[in-house]
Amino acid sequence: MKKFLTFLLVMVSAVFLMTACSQKAEEKAAEAPAENTEAAAPAASTEPIKIGVAGAHSGDLASYGLPTVNAVKLYVDEVNKNGGIDGRMVELYIEDDVCKPEVATNTASKLVSEKVVAVVGHICSGATKAALGIYKDAGILVISPSATNPELTQSGEYPNFLRTIAPDDAQARLEVDFAINTLNIKKFAVLHDKGDYGKGLAEFAKSFLEATGNGVEVVLYEGVTPGAVDYSAVVQKIGRSGAEAVIFGGYHPEASKIVTQMRKKQINIPFISDDGVKDDTFIKVAGEFAEGVYATGPVDTSSNPINIKAVEDHKAAYQADPGAFFINGYAATMALLNAIDKADSTDYDAVSKALRTEYVETPLGNISFDEKGDAIGVGFSMYQVQNGAYVELK
Amino acid sequence: MLNELKKSLITAVWFMFLTFPIMVIKVNTVYNTIVWRWHNLIYIGVGAFFGSMIWRWLHYKKTHISERNIRERLKNGLQNAIVDNKKVLYTLIAVAVAFTFAFPHMSNAYQINIMTTALMYVVLGLGLNIVVGLAGLLDLGYVAFYAVGAYSYALLNHHFGLGFWAVLPIGGALAMMFGIILGFPVLRLRGDYLAIVTLGFGEIIRLVLENWNAFSFGPSGISGIDRPSFFGLTLNLSQSMTALYYLVLGFAVITIFCVNRLQNSRIGRAWLALREDEIACQAMGIDKTKTKLTAFALGATWAGFMGVVFAAKTTFVNPASFTFLESAIILAIVVLGGMGSILGVILAALILILLPEYLRAFSELRMLIFGGSMVLMMVFRPQGLISNVRRKYLFDKMNFGGEKTNEAK
Amino acid sequence: MDYFLQLFLSGLTKGSIYALIALGYTMVYGIIQLINFAHGEIYMIGAFTALIVASVLTILGFSGLSILILAGIAAVIYSSAYGYTMEKIAYRPLRNAPRLSPLISAIGMSIFLQNYVLLAQTSDFLPFPALIPEFEFLKPVSHIMSSAELVIILSSAVIMVLLTFFIKFTRMGKAMRATAQDKKMARLVGIDVDKVISLTFIVGSSLAALGGILIASHIGQINFYIGFIAGIKAFTAAVLGGIGSIPGAVLGALILGWTESFATGYVSSDYEDVFAFALLVLILIFRPAGILGKSSAQKV
Repeated sequence: MKKFLTFLLVMVSAVFLMTACSQKAEEKAAEAPAENTEAAAPAASTEPIKIGVAGAHSGDLASYGLPTVNAVKLYVDEVNKNGGIDGRMVELYIEDDVCKPEVATNTASKLVSEKVVAVVGHICSGATKAALGIYKDAGILVISPSATNPELTQSGEYPNFLRTIAPDDAQARLEVDFAINTLNIKKFAVLHDKGDYGKGLAEFAKSFLEATGNGVEVVLYEGVTPGAVDYSAVVQKIGRSGAEAVIFGGYHPEASKIVTQMRKKQINIPFISDDGVKDDTFIKVAGEFAEGVYATGPVDTSSNPINIKAVEDHKAAYQADPGAFFINGYAATMALLNAIDKADSTDYDAVSKALRTEYVETPLGNISFDEKGDAIGVGFSMYQVQNGAYVELK
Repeated sequence: MLNELKKSLITAVWFMFLTFPIMVIKVNTVYNTIVWRWHNLIYIGVGAFFGSMIWRWLHYKKTHISERNIRERLKNGLQNAIVDNKKVLYTLIAVAVAFTFAFPHMSNAYQINIMTTALMYVVLGLGLNIVVGLAGLLDLGYVAFYAVGAYSYALLNHHFGLGFWAVLPIGGALAMMFGIILGFPVLRLRGDYLAIVTLGFGEIIRLVLENWNAFSFGPSGISGIDRPSFFGLTLNLSQSMTALYYLVLGFAVITIFCVNRLQNSRIGRAWLALREDEIACQAMGIDKTKTKLTAFALGATWAGFMGVVFAAKTTFVNPASFTFLESAIILAIVVLGGMGSILGVILAALILILLPEYLRAFSELRMLIFGGSMVLMMVFRPQGLISNVRRKYLFDKMNFGGEKTNEAK
Repeated sequence: MDYFLQLFLSGLTKGSIYALIALGYTMVYGIIQLINFAHGEIYMIGAFTALIVASVLTILGFSGLSILILAGIAAVIYSSAYGYTMEKIAYRPLRNAPRLSPLISAIGMSIFLQNYVLLAQTSDFLPFPALIPEFEFLKPVSHIMSSAELVIILSSAVIMVLLTFFIKFTRMGKAMRATAQDKKMARLVGIDVDKVISLTFIVGSSLAALGGILIASHIGQINFYIGFIAGIKAFTAAVLGGIGSIPGAVLGALILGWTESFATGYVSSDYEDVFAFALLVLILIFRPAGILGKSSAQKV
C-alpha cells in the first residue's frame, strides 16, 4: 500500500508539474496580446522584434540548416549592437524542424505561440509547405533561404511566402539551355535521387528537353536510391543508353558517387547538375573525378563587399568557412529587417508591402521581391570545376 | 568498496580507449590538420567512472528486488493496487480525464499541437499493440498502413474534394484491406521472418509513393489538404487546432475502450493464446488464419484512421513522413509501455513523443538522449513501464514464484 | 553480352558488400536469436576509425600499403571493441527478458551510436581516401571492373572461406555451434556461453569493419548515416538466405545484389528496392525459413 501511495504522489505531482508548465505557457500567451497592442502603438515602443529561425538543425540534413542560423545570428547581433531597429532590439527564436513536415507543423505552431513577426526558414520545401498553412492563418511572413520548389511561389496559395533563392524551374531551364546551346548535346540521361528537390528538378529538366524538339531526346530517365552502397549498375546503363550528357538532380553525396564510378568505367560524358552539387564538399569527395563537372548555382557574388564582410564575420566568429545557403540566409535577414525598418512597424501588410517595394543591398546584390514572392535580382549561372574549384562560366 | 572503485576505474579506462579516435581526434581531411580534443577524454573518463557506479547500483537494486520481493510485489504491486482498488482507479481516471479535457483551455497552440501528436501516437501505439502486444506478431512495417490512410485522404481530397468525415471510414477500410493483403502471404512465417517481410512491405509502399509520380505526386507530396470541418462552422487556425485535439482525444478514448473490450473478448483471448503457443492454440480449435488476419486487419484499421487524421493535421503529406524510423518509434511505444498493457502504451506514447519536444532546448543532444534512454529503459525495465497485469499467476507452493513468474511476462 | 557481364559483376560486387555485413547479422542471430539493428552502426564506426587513423598516418608521413594495413587493424580492433561493449551493455542484461526487449534496445543503440558519431565528428560527408591501389593489369578492362571491385569480391570470398573453416574446425567454432543449438546443454558440457557470445560479437564486428573499409574506399565517402541503409539491406540478405546460416547469408546477399543490379539494368532503378523486397516476400512464401534455412519441425 505504501508503494502505491508513493506512486499516487508521483502521479499527482507529475500532473501538477505539467499543469504548472502549461500555465506558464498560458501566462506567456496572456502577455503576448498585451505586447501586440503596445507594438501597435507608434514609434515609442521598445518591445523587442521577435524573429523566428526554423530549419533542420539536427539530423542528417543539419548541414543545410545550421549555416542559416549562423547567418541570422551574425547579422542580428550586428543590428542589436548598433542600437536595433528604431530603438527596438531584435530577438531570435531558433527552432528545429529536422526537415520533416510533421515536425515542421509543431515548429510553426510553437513560433506562432511565441508571437514572432516573421520567420527566416524553413530549409526544405516539404517542411516549408507543411508549415506555411499555419503561418498564413496567423499572419506571419516567411522568408526561406533555400526552399526552391516552384509551387511555393507560383501556385499563389501562400501570399506570406518569399525566398532569396531562385526556384527549381529556373535552374532546370538554365541547365537545359546550357547543354543544348553551349555543349550542343542531343541525347540526355536525366537522373535524380528520388528526393523532393532532386526529382522535382529532374522532372522540369525532362519536360524542357522534351519540349525542345530538334532531335533532342531523353534516352534515360531514372532515379537512384540515395545512400546505396554501389551505383555501378546505373552507371553501366548510362553507358549503354548512348547518352551524350548526364543531367543530375540531387545532392552532392550521390553526385560524387555517380561521377566517380562513371569516370572509373571510362564514361567520359559531361555531367551537369544543380546547386545541391555546387558545394565544395563535392570537389573534396570526388577529387580528380570532379574535374569538368558542370553545376548551376546562385550568381557569384563573392566580390560583393557585403558578402565579403559576412564571410569574414563568420570566420571570426566560428573559425570556419560558412556552409550551404549562408549567404541566402544572410540576405533574407537583411531584407526582412530592412523592410521592418522602412515600414516603421511590424504590421503584416506594411512589412509585406515594404519587402515588395523597397530594394536592399545584400550579399546577393541589390534585391527586392516580386508579387509572387520570388526575389528580383537573384539568378543562377553555370559553374564548372576547373583545377579543383568552381569557376563561373560567363 | 575498493573493489568497486577498481571496477569503475577499469570501466573508465576502457571507455576512454573506446571513444578515443572518435571523440578526441578530429581530422580536417582538406587542410590535413588534426585537432586533438583531449578535454573530451577527461569528460568520458569521469563520466564512465561515475556512470558505471550508478549502473552497478541500479543493477544490484533490480536483481535484489526481483529476487526477494517478487511475491510481495505481485500481491500488492502498484499496478495491481490501482486496478484492484476501484476507488483509487476511478479518482485517477477522473483526474486524467479532467486534465485532458481542460488542457486546451490552459495552454497555447503549440502545446495543443504537440499534445494532439502525442495522442495520435497513443492511438497508433494501441493499434500496433493489437498486432504485436496481443497477437504476438512482430510488425516492423506498421507505418505502411498509416501512409495508406494519409494518402487516401490526401488524394481523395485533392482529386474529388472529399471531406475529412467522408474519407475517414474509407481510409480505415483501405488500410484494413492492405492489412489483409499483407496478412495472407505472411501467415506461414514466424517471428523474425515476419518482421523482415513487414519491414519490406512498409518500404515497398513508401517507394511506390515516392516513384509513382502520376499517382502520388512523388516526393514533392500533396499540399493544401483541407482541415476537418465541424458541423459547418468556420474556424480559425487555433480553433481548428483545438477542435482537432478534441477529435483525436475522442479517438483515443474510443480506441482505449475498444482495445480494452477486445482484450477480454473471444477474439482477444484467441490472440493471447496464439501469442503464447501457436500449436496449443490450434489444438484448442482456434482458427489460426482467421485470428491472425483479424489482428492484422484491426491493427491496420487504426493506423488508417490516424493516417487520415495526420493528413488533415499537417495539411501536407509526402513519403518522407513514412520511413522505417516511424515504425520503429511506434514499436518502441508498444514495447516500452509494456506489451499488451493499455495504460503502459498511453504513458510510453506521451513520453516518447513529448520528450523530444520538451528536449528542444538540447536540440543537438536530443536524439542521443532518446536512443540512450531506450537502451537504459530496456535494460532496467525490460517488461516495459507497466507490464500487463492480467497474466500474472501466483502459485501457492513456495519456490515456484521466483523464476517462473519472471518468465511469464 | 558485354552489358550482361557488366551487370553481373556489379551485382557480384554489391552482393559481396552485403555479404560481409550480413555475416555479422546471421552469426549473432544464430547464437542469441537477436536482430542486432546496431550492426550497421558498427560497420559505420569501423569506416570512421579507418578514416581517422588513415588521415593521421597520412599527416605523419606514412604511405601506401602501410596506411591500408594499419588503418585496417585499427578499424578491426575498435569495431570489435564496440561490438563487445555493446553486447555487454545493451544485450547481456536482457538475456532472459521478453523477446522484443533486446530488439528495442538494439534500435535504441543504433540511434544512439549514429548521433554519437554525428555529434563527435560531423554531419557532413567526409572524403574517404582510396586506400586500394589501382592495378595495372586491370586497365584494359576498366570499363567492366575496377580494382576496388576486384578487391572487394576477392576479399569477401577469402573471408568467407576462413570463417567457414573457423566455425567448422576450431574449438571455438565448435563451441559456437554448440551454443547456437542449445545454450543450456552447451553450458552443461563446460562451454563458457558468455564468452562464446562475446566472441561472436567480436568476429561479427570485425567482418563489419573490414566491410566498412572496403566499401568506403570503393565509394570514396562516409557519413554517420551509411550504416543504417547498408544494415537494412544486409539484414534482408541474411533473412533471404535463411537467418542463422552462414552460407545462407552469402547466398542471400549475392541473390539480392544480382536482383538489384539486373532490375536496375533491365527495368529501372526507380524500383530496384521494390524488386528486392518483393523477391524476399516471394521466397519466404515458398520457403518460410529462407533459402538455406532449415525449417525445423516444432517441438511441442
